[in-house]
Amino acid sequence: MALSDKDRIFTNLYGLHDWRLAGARKRGQWDGTGALIAKGRDWIIEELKNSGLRGRGGAGFPTGLKWSFMPKQASDRPHYLVVNADESEPGTCKDRDILRHDPHTLVEGCLIAGVAMGAHAGYIYVRGEYYNEHLVLQAAIDEAYAAGLLGPNACGGGWDFDLYVHRGAGAYICGEETALIESLEGKKGMPRLKPPFPAAVGLYGCPSTVNNVETIAVVPTILRRGAAWFAGFGRPKNSGTKIFCIQGHVNKPCNVEEEMSIPLRELIEKHAGGVRGGWDNLLAVIPGGSSTPMIPKSVCNDVLMDFDALREHKTGLGTAGVIVMDKSTDLIKAIARLSTFYKHESCGQCTPCREGMGWVKRMMDRMVEGRAEVDEIDILEQVTRQIEGHTICALADGGVWPVQGLIRHFRPMMEERIAAFKAARGTRALPMAAE
Amino acid sequence: MAKVTVDGIEVEVPNGVSVLQACEAAGKEIPRFCYHERLSVAGNCRMCLVEVEKAPKPIASCAYPVADGMKVFTDSPMVRNGRRGVMEFLLINHPLDCPICDQGGECDLQDQAVAFGKDASRYREEKRAVKDKYLGPLVKTIMNRCIQCTRCVRFATEVAGVPELGATNRGENMEIGTYVEKALTTELSGNLIDICPVGALTSRPYAFVSRPWELRKTDSIDVLDATGTNIRIDARSGEVLRIMPRTNDDVNEEWMADRGRFAFDGLKRRRLDRPWIRKGGKLVPASWMEAFTAIAEGFRGKKLGAVVGDLVDAEATVALRDLMAALGSTNLECRVDDAAIDASRRDFYTFNTGIAGIEEADALLIIGSNPRIESPVINARIRKRVVAGSFPIGFIGPRGLDLTYGHDWLGEGGATLAALAGGSHRFNEVLRAAKRPMLILGRGALTRGDGAAVLAAAWQIAAQNNMLQADWHGFNLLHQFGGQVAPLDLGFTTGIPADVQGLWLLGAEPGGVPEGAFVVYQGHHGEAGAARADVILPGAAYTEKDATWVNTEGRVQRGRLAVYPPGEAREDWKIIRAASELLGARLPYDSLDGVRARLAEVSPAFAGAEFTPHGCTDQTGPAGDVAAVSDAAFTPSVANYWQADVISRASATMAECARTYLPQAAE
Repeated sequence: MALSDKDRIFTNLYGLHDWRLAGARKRGQWDGTGALIAKGRDWIIEELKNSGLRGRGGAGFPTGLKWSFMPKQASDRPHYLVVNADESEPGTCKDRDILRHDPHTLVEGCLIAGVAMGAHAGYIYVRGEYYNEHLVLQAAIDEAYAAGLLGPNACGGGWDFDLYVHRGAGAYICGEETALIESLEGKKGMPRLKPPFPAAVGLYGCPSTVNNVETIAVVPTILRRGAAWFAGFGRPKNSGTKIFCIQGHVNKPCNVEEEMSIPLRELIEKHAGGVRGGWDNLLAVIPGGSSTPMIPKSVCNDVLMDFDALREHKTGLGTAGVIVMDKSTDLIKAIARLSTFYKHESCGQCTPCREGMGWVKRMMDRMVEGRAEVDEIDILEQVTRQIEGHTICALADGGVWPVQGLIRHFRPMMEERIAAFKAARGTRALPMAAE
Repeated sequence: MAKVTVDGIEVEVPNGVSVLQACEAAGKEIPRFCYHERLSVAGNCRMCLVEVEKAPKPIASCAYPVADGMKVFTDSPMVRNGRRGVMEFLLINHPLDCPICDQGGECDLQDQAVAFGKDASRYREEKRAVKDKYLGPLVKTIMNRCIQCTRCVRFATEVAGVPELGATNRGENMEIGTYVEKALTTELSGNLIDICPVGALTSRPYAFVSRPWELRKTDSIDVLDATGTNIRIDARSGEVLRIMPRTNDDVNEEWMADRGRFAFDGLKRRRLDRPWIRKGGKLVPASWMEAFTAIAEGFRGKKLGAVVGDLVDAEATVALRDLMAALGSTNLECRVDDAAIDASRRDFYTFNTGIAGIEEADALLIIGSNPRIESPVINARIRKRVVAGSFPIGFIGPRGLDLTYGHDWLGEGGATLAALAGGSHRFNEVLRAAKRPMLILGRGALTRGDGAAVLAAAWQIAAQNNMLQADWHGFNLLHQFGGQVAPLDLGFTTGIPADVQGLWLLGAEPGGVPEGAFVVYQGHHGEAGAARADVILPGAAYTEKDATWVNTEGRVQRGRLAVYPPGEAREDWKIIRAASELLGARLPYDSLDGVRARLAEVSPAFAGAEFTPHGCTDQTGPAGDVAAVSDAAFTPSVANYWQADVISRASATMAECARTYLPQAAE
């Protein structure tokens, strides 16, 4: 039971058709948007709550609920919509295809989201490296303005809405919502303390909501086809369709929009041409972008791809960037590379992340060679626990989870590596500092 | 109010305070590095983690607001592990150089590592190395020790108002520094040393000088500007080794200006440490007895006068007044800068709003003063008020001054002042609209020929613009040194006649001493006064005596003797008391209590009352013709902040600062 073409939200995910306004309209976008707006913010939020849409940026927070946090009464402070298009999670490239092939889904979604949260202005923060994508997006916005779909009395729905594109400068941390806001304000991208949450004090100190590109882009279709339609996909509380990015050791890496709760094996075999060398050649999968802990083949055999099923296996759906690794992979080296990434991308604000990531990275580098003691695996594990949950934002958590996943499932592999190193190089792995 | 339970202890705290403050209210100490009461909350060191009931993760207590019914645990396993982990992380890249670190013994990291850390390190990788930065002649950096708490960045940006410090790079490579390496351009840089919780920012002059436990600590008052900063003098073996601020929320909060903090090495140089007598046109060393005898002879039958300088304590001043009275003279003067101060009423020459009162004001007019130079700590208070919002500031004086806050430049000089006094200036509207407006008149503005007129004009502005109310006094004179107000209280304003024949200079420079007059110079540094003197009496500097000081507010504060005066120098009032004996006019007191009783007799200001903000009921202004204000521009009265007084002029540290910050003045 796979998603049929008629139920796809992103009908131009592969760029086979015209991304411009005319093409988008042909595919049903911008259809009756004015009428949707006219139904008002309460209807939109209620409909979203009923649809069960959860944020597509990684954390999976219910979108309707999040929007309802915005103050109901307008004060002298404007409200802002901020769209997080700073897609930097290794293994994730779904927003990119939305931006370059189906930008009008996003633009339309921004307008509706703006109405739902009482915002007259929206900012789309595009990852700096997405240069061509930002050009397409800007062109789509310009088209929408020219057609009266944005600007004063957008779509004739009686709501003024302006949309701006801002390009980041290439920092992973700027994908964290408060760091993104800081960066948008022109400051160094460092996460803010919460509370206060952005819905109370966000961009320029005003009520703001930050949403992922995919979250916003699916909203118009949900409203057009009804909450029940969207909620009909996937398991309860994990409803809807989702773009999965399948890559690594598969025969045909791809982005594909699929129903939530699809079995991982079916996802890989149906859309990505299966694991290189067959399913039995599978070693492990990182299911939701680099921040989520890997799962070994035994789990992959029957796990469902949704928030709750993956959580049961101590990992997460994250951004649904599925990284498939077959038996040729040096898992330790792969995770060490991720540790290097997170060490490099730590903003340096909180002590555990700033100091701990470098420590983890250096230990992982030694683990790759096996130049370590077996009990250092325990130290490594403890250090990741010391980092996790002790920082302002979740970068540190995401940075240590891959290491925890490695130790959880492949500790014997690490011990073997250490033993091999010792066998080749003598007993002492590391000189003590005093020697 | 919110009820919060901390480790079973129930406390009631105002809504909106942080969990950390609630814990403190319950008497629980929460370790912290980045949190500082007077700076914004960064919440990044993660040392202050506590457990809150029902929260899945420990929270940073410094940044988390309390909620009614909250249950906080400060000593649970989750908290202990969290702190231990953070401590371990802080230490992995922190050098183990405590034995050669100047912060040793008063280091937050050391103390908290002992209290909350682990006993051994598990870190086997290489430590990070960071290049040291140059921040100027006062602050020494050892950036390896930096724990990136960003207190210094926040202090520079928020309190000092010079956003010159910041963090570059990210993650492990984050470094604190001035983006382009240069000396910090603030007169408050010494405070960076105090707020740095580790040894990354230490005092350059104090480097490798002493350990904190070797120092004898004496509470005192800074007199090198008129703020009356509360200080602690740290001394060892009769030598002042450093000066640090004490907390006094009404005066200096916990800040201190750089001149007061670093100029003390001038106390060891160019000192007068024995009496001298002029014989045959040359000064020759003498004994105290010879000196007093020489004075008795020199003064005999002459018309006498006495002048006190800017750094003289109240006790010596009143003793000199009594001595002169006993010798039949009432020729007394203290306004050595010729400032046209009207001492007929105390509120004509004090900072009536009070330093803390600045925070209650809602509009400010600055006339002929650069508070940043004249009193950096008061300037920081003004800035604090500016940052709080809605505080329009009008400024009359040189254009384009960087006061560390934005201000409305109204004009350069007298013409603008006259327009404001006339009520026709646009800024009059701002002042009239304010509920608690205030003005600050610089003492330097009164040293002009038309000083009396400037004073009268400023008072008129105050009177006509709602500044003088029954419960609010918005007229403020900003003095420049800590010894300038006490002699005004003690009546040293009668003036010196041109035909004076004998003059006693108490720490005063001899402007216009008549030819042939017999001059006694009593003081601690021999500048021009000593060169002109016929008899030199070596006195004590402010660190070397138990003395009473009056700051620009009129606040009476006591300093205490930290070290003894060098050589044969003595406390000043004792010298005068001893001289009175030989001059045949024995003063009736011979103990400190005696002098102080006499002080209270002469001026009620010294009777022991604390400074309290007061209103103004009598709007009659000081003598002076408002119409006589000339159009001349106000010029900066302190050109060289670093070398503004005898002590700082003798200081090598201050000379270095002057070379750094004022290269043109040093040449």
